[in-house]
Amino acid sequence: MSKSAIEQPQAVVTGAARGGNGDGQARRTGRLHGLLAELDNPGVLLEGCRRLRDAGFTRWDAHAPYPVHGLDDAMGIRMTILPVIVFVIGAIGTLTGLALQWWANASQANDFRLVPTFLQGYAFLISGKPYFSLPANIPVIFELTVLFAALAAGIGMLALNNLPLWSNPLFASRRFLRVTTDRFFISVSVRDPRFERAATHRLLAALPGCEHVEEVFELPDSTPPRWVTPALVIAGVASLVPMALIVRAWGSKSGTPRFHIVQDMDNQERFKSQQVNPVFADGRAGRPPVAGAVARGQLFEDDHYYLGGRYVKPVGQAADQTADPSSSGLAWEWFDSFPPPVAVNQALLDRGQQRFNIYCAPCHGLDGDGQGPVRVRSEELETPLNVLSYQDEQVKSRPLGHLFNTITNGIRTMPAYGDQIPVYDRWAIVAYVKALQRAGGATVEDVPPDQRVRLR
Amino acid sequence: MWGWPIVNFVFWIGIGHAGTLISAILFLFRQRWRTAINRFAEAMTIFAVMCAGLFPGIHVGRVWVIYWVFPIPNQMEMWPQFRSPLLWDVFAVSTYFTVSLLFWYLGMVPDLATLRDRARTRIKAIAYGIFALGWRGSMRHWHRYERAYLLLAALATPLVLSVHSVVSFDFAVSQLPGWHTTIFPPYFVAGAIFSGFAMVMTLAVPARELWGLKNFITMRHLENMNKIILVTGLMVGYAYGTEFFIAWYSGNGFEQFAFISRALGPYWWAYWIMVSCNVLVPQIFWFKFCRTNIPIMFIAALLVNVGMWFERFVIIVSSLASDFLPANWGAYSPTWVEILTLIGSFGLFFTLFLLFCRYLPMVAMAEVKSVMPQAHATHHHDFDYNPDEQ
Repeated sequence: MSKSAIEQPQAVVTGAARGGNGDGQARRTGRLHGLLAELDNPGVLLEGCRRLRDAGFTRWDAHAPYPVHGLDDAMGIRMTILPVIVFVIGAIGTLTGLALQWWANASQANDFRLVPTFLQGYAFLISGKPYFSLPANIPVIFELTVLFAALAAGIGMLALNNLPLWSNPLFASRRFLRVTTDRFFISVSVRDPRFERAATHRLLAALPGCEHVEEVFELPDSTPPRWVTPALVIAGVASLVPMALIVRAWGSKSGTPRFHIVQDMDNQERFKSQQVNPVFADGRAGRPPVAGAVARGQLFEDDHYYLGGRYVKPVGQAADQTADPSSSGLAWEWFDSFPPPVAVNQALLDRGQQRFNIYCAPCHGLDGDGQGPVRVRSEELETPLNVLSYQDEQVKSRPLGHLFNTITNGIRTMPAYGDQIPVYDRWAIVAYVKALQRAGGATVEDVPPDQRVRLR
Repeated sequence: MWGWPIVNFVFWIGIGHAGTLISAILFLFRQRWRTAINRFAEAMTIFAVMCAGLFPGIHVGRVWVIYWVFPIPNQMEMWPQFRSPLLWDVFAVSTYFTVSLLFWYLGMVPDLATLRDRARTRIKAIAYGIFALGWRGSMRHWHRYERAYLLLAALATPLVLSVHSVVSFDFAVSQLPGWHTTIFPPYFVAGAIFSGFAMVMTLAVPARELWGLKNFITMRHLENMNKIILVTGLMVGYAYGTEFFIAWYSGNGFEQFAFISRALGPYWWAYWIMVSCNVLVPQIFWFKFCRTNIPIMFIAALLVNVGMWFERFVIIVSSLASDFLPANWGAYSPTWVEILTLIGSFGLFFTLFLLFCRYLPMVAMAEVKSVMPQAHATHHHDFDYNPDEQ
């Protein structure tokens, strides 16, 4: 940019807080800030700085568009403490990386009960490796060290330089605009103990290469316009409104689904089985089957085979076919025979024995005496189970259908096995139970004569 | 499969390495010619890392929960898994972006002050003035500023080496043939510098033609950068050779199969594009004629960019397409959506770069001034910078 462009009035506007459109004169406060000398080149700047340093000035500065080498020495600037700050903050970064990873992946939440849930660590077991293994943590430690140190270098430099500082009396000088382009300046503050308005002016003017010396005045104390305070108060109060709404929502209940920015398929436009559906007269979203419908594979017609019993009409009474059997005076009757699909033979008994030993023997014992290992253990624990022996008269007197039903649905503390043992296998177990009962009360007379020799 | 987004992520993050290398490592080595190109190389770094950052977001599928990668306290007591290289990536890339941005911005503060002081409208003066932070060229400030800049360069140097090493851990720490090798960190870093310099050339050559920067970015700069491209290209070629040697030397059948199928398998064309662009093309820079010929160097830089993209494609896709079990084998080809994400990232990159050229100082003015002969207070004649030198 040419020199003439610099001197155009509109070019003087140079920053958010700068004095104004060339009316620096009008806005002077009359309080002197200091003196500003403009120099021609870095060589004379170096010489000028040496002279001021040797004259014992302390509150003064040199300004240049780039760092002029040798000036640190000429001005007597001491080495900055910045490297120490960077080292310390970097070391804090190292420890932060270490502590963060240990806390997040290796600490046990139960060890720190006072820590709120959202801060608790979670011991994370990966491939059976130790919770805390330093080598895998090195990269993150390194990155955090560099991050902390770099931020300390950048922010620390600005802080030590007292930047950002958008307002400075020097900015009111038009000539000073070129300090960031191609000119060199020395400024001396009135707060320097050696400052004397006239003598210092003469000293600066006598510096080699000095082209101009001017007086710089303090900026007027600027008070904000009147509307600023109420506006800040209103803005401050308004800023609390969203937080207050969140707190209110937090403490209240709502029937509608929570607000999702991203639905993530959590809420879908469909009815769940227990919800109300206004389309249907009964309001039920889950629809019952049509009356009389039977699901495929669930037509359990043969009561003998599937239930072991049936409702019968007591003698001399007419059954009402349409009414619920339990309320129509019908009586339940157990079958005391095997149903037609079950042929009683050696194969059935073998199957029954094999299934019995899996499902029944743990409690009932291998011979049905009610002393299976679970029963024995329950007595050791002093919480005995009531397991009847198959030789018990009550058990012996039960019809086959009742035994089948007991296996299907359980009885007293015995659980139901209908879901685990298929129907045919249940009948096989019934056959085997009857065989055990017969064997329990047998005498040597019941053994065929040719087999008796094996008993000895 | 880790397909397109990860290829693009590694490609962009690699390009992002040249800026900090020029700024930090060449600064520490006192390579003063760097002052002419460091500003826009750094800008390129920042924009490339921004492009790279997009792709993991696309890759995870649910971009709205991408913040789960950061260790933010939450009611679920859910923390990231710090032993995973993917998490190291998060820390490495975000640290790299932060430090690069800081380095770029702090380096620009004195130049922003220049723009503030030379602004012709009040709006410009205020806008630049805010970001200039009230810089007034004070020597006491310059003293700390230079110290901070040196410290940042010293910190950024190991950082730039660590970032692509960590990116390579994403592959090297897994057990897949073709990935599970110790050469990956240096191999990736060399490739990153190689691709980054190629991208700097791609941007610098048109920039100096279009905006009259020929006195700042001289033929000497271009030649120096071409020499670096040649050297890093040789390093990359050496790494390609070493991979094959180790596959043979290890006696591991899976490893051998992986490399034979790289060169001769279903993706052979990608492999040979990579080798020709990355190893053969830079060889022309042995000749001074090629190092100083603008059209030749520009085309070579473009080819290196293409080659380095294919390098990542070869590494990622060919290893994943045929792993240990033939039952897992498959062929990968990108969808049109994936291809558009790559094109879109170039759009973002060039948009940001052009905005930067329009509104911010492209050349580090204060730094260039400080290495000009007139800057030397004592006027002795050990000039580091001679714009007339061709």
